[in-house]
Amino acid sequence: MINLKNISKSYDDEATFAVDSIDLEIKSGELLALVGESGCGKTTTLKMINRLIEPSAGSIEIDGENILALDPVTLRRRIGYVFQEIGLFPHMTVAENISITPRLLGWSAERMHSRVTELLQMVELNPDGLRNRFPRELSGGQQQRIGVARALAVAPSVMLMDEPFGALDPLTRSGLQKELTRLHKLMSMTIILVTHDMSEALTLADRIAVMEKGKIVRLDTPANILQNPGHPYAQRLLETPVNQMNALTKLLQQSESADSQ
Amino acid sequence: MSERLAEQLALLPNYLSHHIALTLTALAIGIIICLPLAALVTRVKALQWPVMTIASILQTIPGIAMLALMVPLLGQIGALPALIALVLYSMLPMIRNTVTGILDIDSSLTEAARGSGMTSMQILRLVELPLAAPVIIAGIRTSAVWIVGTATLATPVGATSLGNYIFSGLQTQNYTAVIVGSASAAALAIILDQFIHLIEYAASQRKKTLAIGTSVGLLLLALLGMSPLYERYNSNTGAERIVIGAKTFTEQYVLSEMMSEILTDAGFEIEVRSGMGSTILFEALTNNEVDCYVDYSGTIWANYMQRKSVPKGDTVLVELTKWLMDQHQVLCLGALGFENTYALAIPREFAENNKIVSVSDLSSYSRNMKMGSDYEFFGRPEWVSLRDTYRLNFTDLVSMDHSLMYAAINEDAVNVIAAYSTDGSIAAFDLVTLTDPQQALPPYDATLLLSPRASSNQRLIEALNVIIGKITAEEMRSANKAVDLDNRSVSESAKQLRRAIFSQ
Repeated sequence: MINLKNISKSYDDEATFAVDSIDLEIKSGELLALVGESGCGKTTTLKMINRLIEPSAGSIEIDGENILALDPVTLRRRIGYVFQEIGLFPHMTVAENISITPRLLGWSAERMHSRVTELLQMVELNPDGLRNRFPRELSGGQQQRIGVARALAVAPSVMLMDEPFGALDPLTRSGLQKELTRLHKLMSMTIILVTHDMSEALTLADRIAVMEKGKIVRLDTPANILQNPGHPYAQRLLETPVNQMNALTKLLQQSESADSQ
Repeated sequence: MSERLAEQLALLPNYLSHHIALTLTALAIGIIICLPLAALVTRVKALQWPVMTIASILQTIPGIAMLALMVPLLGQIGALPALIALVLYSMLPMIRNTVTGILDIDSSLTEAARGSGMTSMQILRLVELPLAAPVIIAGIRTSAVWIVGTATLATPVGATSLGNYIFSGLQTQNYTAVIVGSASAAALAIILDQFIHLIEYAASQRKKTLAIGTSVGLLLLALLGMSPLYERYNSNTGAERIVIGAKTFTEQYVLSEMMSEILTDAGFEIEVRSGMGSTILFEALTNNEVDCYVDYSGTIWANYMQRKSVPKGDTVLVELTKWLMDQHQVLCLGALGFENTYALAIPREFAENNKIVSVSDLSSYSRNMKMGSDYEFFGRPEWVSLRDTYRLNFTDLVSMDHSLMYAAINEDAVNVIAAYSTDGSIAAFDLVTLTDPQQALPPYDATLLLSPRASSNQRLIEALNVIIGKITAEEMRSANKAVDLDNRSVSESAKQLRRAIFSQ
């Protein structure tokens, strides 16, 4: 369980707050989506959990342990991290990229080798064909699969994902979204997913936290939010997927009626 | 192969080995200082401005000035001041490229590195340095080429290098020496640059064998190049080692070479440090870094003793001998016999047409004349004395290399020069020297000075005593002329002078 208590972050000496005293409890094994538009504070919130950003005030606990008292380097080795730019190291092979955290933890070469095989299979890539390739030789989708494999390397109990599929084309994206659902079930991790795409949040998340101007304005399951947005901003975010769905439904009905004629 | 070239190439092992040792040491120290410093700068942003600014300022100091400045700062001459100057001089490209190389790395990669749980040092080692390597190595290559080139300027501060070829060659009009020196330095720079490039290529392509092979090759080549140094330092023949100094003009090269031959025959082991500036050389003598050299009474009188008045007759020699011993424990062994005074020289035709015989006669013409001299003269007290005594008011004062003054007056670029009275070129270029009726200039008797340490060396004093009072102005002029105008080598001219002295 991850517990954010009264967390704030200000970049300008408390003149304004990117994240404004939020409280958030994420259950173990849950996939929570942080949704909102650019600048709402969702990425800042995420990065405070592995302390890539230090909070200005408040406390964060993972399974009852105050992580602000931990060594940030040790903390980050226990938490998977995937982000939109992927950040694969261009001078390292696929295998070296994936086994970076195990290497830092001092795993043996054999253990890293078999883990890489396992992880590549897990993200549905061919270990023999890819392990010695360099990132530049891979497609965008393959690269992000490697990014996910790297985050999963030491089987972390928590994974942070910042717009992980934002730069991918729609087909690749939906493939990877399915993959994520499968991995989430398989590995029973707690996942926090930052996205500005409400449909992505609705399809993947167990719960959605809608953020606006540094505050969480709505926190509920996708079904409940669909039924009752409960906040004008959540309502607005829902309009796009709902409108798209309605338009598609209409189109479908038209084509069905055309078929039946 | 011509004799001249063969003679120069015989010097190559000595000069090249010193040059390689100097440049590789400077480069290695530079890398050891600059890379960590640059890495620190990327971590502590507040350091960036001061470090880059200081490195840039160091870079703007001309190489030869930087080298010369190290001598008074360290109070000694030779390899150490040269080494420190070269290290300082080479810092900018390495620091700038390392900082830029690291800061230019895509921020997503450093974020991924932090997110994976790397410490700051691990990020540096595993991500930043490998990715910035091509840029960093480019900086090292630039520095390497600069160091090899700038090290040729180490000669005037008493460090042997390929610059010995260039400085002595320019002074004695021996262009074979200049070309051999320049070409060797250029070749060394290119070879070093290509080796570093090859190591970088091999590393980036992960060609381990090639990388190791190239590194070992470079190391072997460096060791081979430096091998004359070990021979030199290991060949303990039991002979006493004597360092002879020389300033930057022909006469000094000839005299130091002649002393070197005399002392070698007397069983000493000799090192000649030539091409040094007056003040640096005198300091080196007082510090026992140079054991003996020839200086001129007027120079000692006006520059080191800083006397304004010019006494007559032998007083100067007596007083300076006493002063040197009292103040610096330097022994003035005596005058060599000839005088090499500064003398204003003008074209014979002009002198005859205007009936100019003395500097007094020149003073009314000076308004329309340009004067040329060596680098030192206009900065010396003798010039002030001469100028004020005769109210000289030239339109322009041009400092240039002593060896180029004659060409300059020949081409009317200047109208009067401060010649040395023993220059063979005075007659060759059809110039006349003007008398100094007011004795504004002190006498410039060539005197042989011994360092405090050498002053108690009876064997050395005995060996050198044979040249005291033996060299006439005519003999010296003819020896200088042999080098400057007749294309003879310094060593030939020195042999000729030695024969002339001992046939008396």
